[in-house]
Amino acid sequence: MDDVTSNFDLVLSAFWLTIQLALISGLASLVLGTLLAAMRVGPVAVLRRAAGVYVNVVRNTPLLIVFLFVFIAIPNVGYLTDTPFLLKGVIALTFYTSAFVCEALRAGINSVPLGQAEAARAIGLTFGQNMTNVVLPQAFRAVVPPLASVLIALTKNTSVAAAFGLLEATARMRGFTNNNADDRLLIFATFALGYIIVVELISLGAFGLERRWKAAR
Amino acid sequence: MSNVLFDTPGPRTVARHRLYTVATVLALLVLAGAVLWVLWTNGELDYDPWEFVVTPAFLQVLGQGTWTTLTQAVAAIALALVFGVVFGVGKLSDHAWLRWPCWAVVEFFRAVPLLLLIVFIFFAYGVGDGIGPYWSLVIGLMLYNGAVVAEILRAGVLAVPKGQGEAAYAIGMRKTQVMSIVLLPQAVKIMLPALISQLVVALKDTSLGFYIAAPGLTYVGRSIWTELGNQFQVAVVVATIYIVLNLLLSGLATIVQRRLVGETSPIDLTDVGNMQGGQSTGGGI
Repeated sequence: MDDVTSNFDLVLSAFWLTIQLALISGLASLVLGTLLAAMRVGPVAVLRRAAGVYVNVVRNTPLLIVFLFVFIAIPNVGYLTDTPFLLKGVIALTFYTSAFVCEALRAGINSVPLGQAEAARAIGLTFGQNMTNVVLPQAFRAVVPPLASVLIALTKNTSVAAAFGLLEATARMRGFTNNNADDRLLIFATFALGYIIVVELISLGAFGLERRWKAAR
Repeated sequence: MSNVLFDTPGPRTVARHRLYTVATVLALLVLAGAVLWVLWTNGELDYDPWEFVVTPAFLQVLGQGTWTTLTQAVAAIALALVFGVVFGVGKLSDHAWLRWPCWAVVEFFRAVPLLLLIVFIFFAYGVGDGIGPYWSLVIGLMLYNGAVVAEILRAGVLAVPKGQGEAAYAIGMRKTQVMSIVLLPQAVKIMLPALISQLVVALKDTSLGFYIAAPGLTYVGRSIWTELGNQFQVAVVVATIYIVLNLLLSGLATIVQRRLVGETSPIDLTDVGNMQGGQSTGGGI
């Protein structure tokens, strides 16, 4: 365990990389996922179909296979060869996570009862007013818990990057366990605790947002 | 078609949508064409790098890899069911001294990344004379999926109408009898679609064995491309096998859902293959 305590900066920098991966790909998948969700609930049938196919295929693909494409298969064809590893990790995680973000958003929008929009229209609100004052506020609230789940899963999924040469927390734990066979359990507990802290922070944040946005009913 | 987001389109909007449709189709065609052209000019669509798909020896290896992967997923889910029933029922216990440890175990294994768990199991107990990569992977999958199954089970038991348990107590059944004769059998019916979805998750996660060189599809894929140097083609084939298997299982889950539970949405604890979907409690994961 001395090795870990004396090299604690390595543990911290590993978790910093984990957090970077989670943050950047989290933001990117929120953007891409929102676009996809807009396509999936929009009025144009082809866009709906295309986004649907994307979501269905990606949801049934293992994340490791996505990484395999970004880190091995595509560079082998001659693209993404000089791209930094962090960026490649972000690309793979975003490609995967945005499908789940899209589904969470779609479920949130669909959870707003049709009667709400109809009532808003009946009292003469325009489309813009209807969206900004009636539909979207309700959809955002409904979407917070599932989106938090997606972000938590994303944080855990960053560990897959370890298999492709990114020295984030899981890869660092492997290094430490290799050198300190006697303290494996403690090392595992340390890194597990690190992940649990990150995950709990996200769910506390979501809980706070949920409470703050809660509407009196 | 009426929708919460937009009005039923009028003739002018319909025309505009038709324009969007044409533009989208064109854009998608151009995209697909560009990808194919790039692949074509790089020689990735030639016969040679694809030849392994029609070579019996490679096909056999791929088949074995698929089979190993399937056995891993099934073994993991079977063990996870045992784990899940023990800890799920434990979480529903009336005794705090039993409930809290079960809660802690379930929450721990759901919060820790599966790969971290697998790496730990492999390097602590798997290497050398240990249990080996196959069982390291299966046990890692068991612990994680077992924790999820425990949650599914709890949700399933709680979803059985309250009157069922009350009626059972009223006719004089004991706690164990109520759980095993009345609640669990009905919960299984509610849980089944979610369980099959979890099988999809387990099947996807078997690919993590790549990191510890556990036998299975990804391992077979790696050995094929180290021999032939056709990373791209092998990745396409392995991805296709995974996607087809998962789509079949997802389809099965939908059918079972319709048959057993009706059109209502399943207990969804499976998005991103990890978290507890719409039923987040906020505090835990």
